[in-house]
Amino acid sequence: MDVADSFYSVVEGACRDLYIQSLKEIPPDIVAAIRAAAARETREVAKRIFSHYLQSIELGRSQNMIVCQDTGIPIYWVDIGGDLRLDGARLTAAITRGTERATREHPLRSSIVSPIDRQNRQTSTGERIPIIHFDFTAGSAELDILFMPKGSGSENMSFLKMLLPADGVNGIKKFVLEQVVGAGAKPCPPTIVGIGIGGSSDLCMTMAKKATIRPLGTTNPDPQMAALETELFEAINQTGIGPQGLGGNTTALAVNIESAWTHITCNPVAVNMQCWRAERRRAKVSAAGKVEFGF
Amino acid sequence: MRQLRVGDSVTLDGVVFGVRDANLIRVFDQKVAPPVDWRGAALLHTAPNVRQTGPGKFEALSVGTTTSMRMDRFTEGLLRDHGVRALLGKGGLSARSGELMAQYGACYLSVTGGAAALGTLQLEEIEKVFWEDLMPECIWQFRYKGFGPLTVGIDMHGGNLQLEVQQQAEQKTAEILRRMGVK
Repeated sequence: MDVADSFYSVVEGACRDLYIQSLKEIPPDIVAAIRAAAARETREVAKRIFSHYLQSIELGRSQNMIVCQDTGIPIYWVDIGGDLRLDGARLTAAITRGTERATREHPLRSSIVSPIDRQNRQTSTGERIPIIHFDFTAGSAELDILFMPKGSGSENMSFLKMLLPADGVNGIKKFVLEQVVGAGAKPCPPTIVGIGIGGSSDLCMTMAKKATIRPLGTTNPDPQMAALETELFEAINQTGIGPQGLGGNTTALAVNIESAWTHITCNPVAVNMQCWRAERRRAKVSAAGKVEFGF
Repeated sequence: MRQLRVGDSVTLDGVVFGVRDANLIRVFDQKVAPPVDWRGAALLHTAPNVRQTGPGKFEALSVGTTTSMRMDRFTEGLLRDHGVRALLGKGGLSARSGELMAQYGACYLSVTGGAAALGTLQLEEIEKVFWEDLMPECIWQFRYKGFGPLTVGIDMHGGNLQLEVQQQAEQKTAEILRRMGVK
């Protein structure tokens, strides 16, 4: 199915809206989890922090305010339906223009700079930014875009280790726990801990990030991985790091694992952390150019 | 400030300067004197979302805080050479910075990370902006009314709350791993 002429400008406008909306409206599953975590706290400091989180979430929703100042790295997960016929280069350009328009028109803080000279074009774009991941779904006739403005407080707490096969799954458990504890207060807990297992080094890190966009309450379909998710989730929440690392009962909102097969001599493990707001926003675009927003 | 203890809740009224990686690098590594006197001041680790309303005039859209540990190494210079009395940010500072705060008589106040919406309403005015070429990492002069609640993270008596929580977590981790059957 060929996409309509208007398709690319619709995608551009949708991406513009995705960026702006993602910063103001926290996903409902996250809000529910934050409320539940607040109720489980006993210490005064922890209760105060969660109350602050909930007040800011409400201001974002009701007063149209940006909840956190960090507009993050714009990352798009784009799933192209197998029945769509479109021009990938035009699609990429439309996504990029949408990102720039959100930044110029709202306006948004541009958090993107060149790596050595730290030049900021004030567009939230630059070399290889926005980051776009493409995937394909057979039998679908729509474009499914999931956008995340990845905040750097949590993004800086990214970890990769090329373990030995001899380190086994215990090596994975040890690495994950030690890195999350080492990160402490810095990624704005409670976090969603994304874990990548297997693959190559770069795939492992990408899987760790992909794991963080999964809705709360879902588990890995493989029972062994699901059991590992539960074990690590319970372990992390026993550390007592709590909201803002000031002490408390909830340090992780979820632990999610994504995995891939790997080389016979490799045992890669990656950790990517997503802060307490876990901002994400979704747009499904049909071939005719109709948009449906969600999370 | 001497009466403050870690875990206490405080609110702030008055001028707070916004500082960050880029402008602190300029002051300390490139040895450019800051354009404003910081003696007795409170500095907030931040780079805000703003809308320009005129030459040198900005309206706050979202003003929150960033991870202080990235700027940990500038703490000594700020306290010793510039007479700063309070640092505001999220995530805490190192043990060394905690010692320096006790030595020079300063505190670290934790701003709730990621909850900038509330703080933005408490910001009365962006009075001045310096070093606009570093946008958004300029030095900002904010005026707040009822900024908070802020949690005292480092007091003048050796208390360093985020560090203590992390150290306890590290000790617990060894025990947790043992119970999981992991060496």
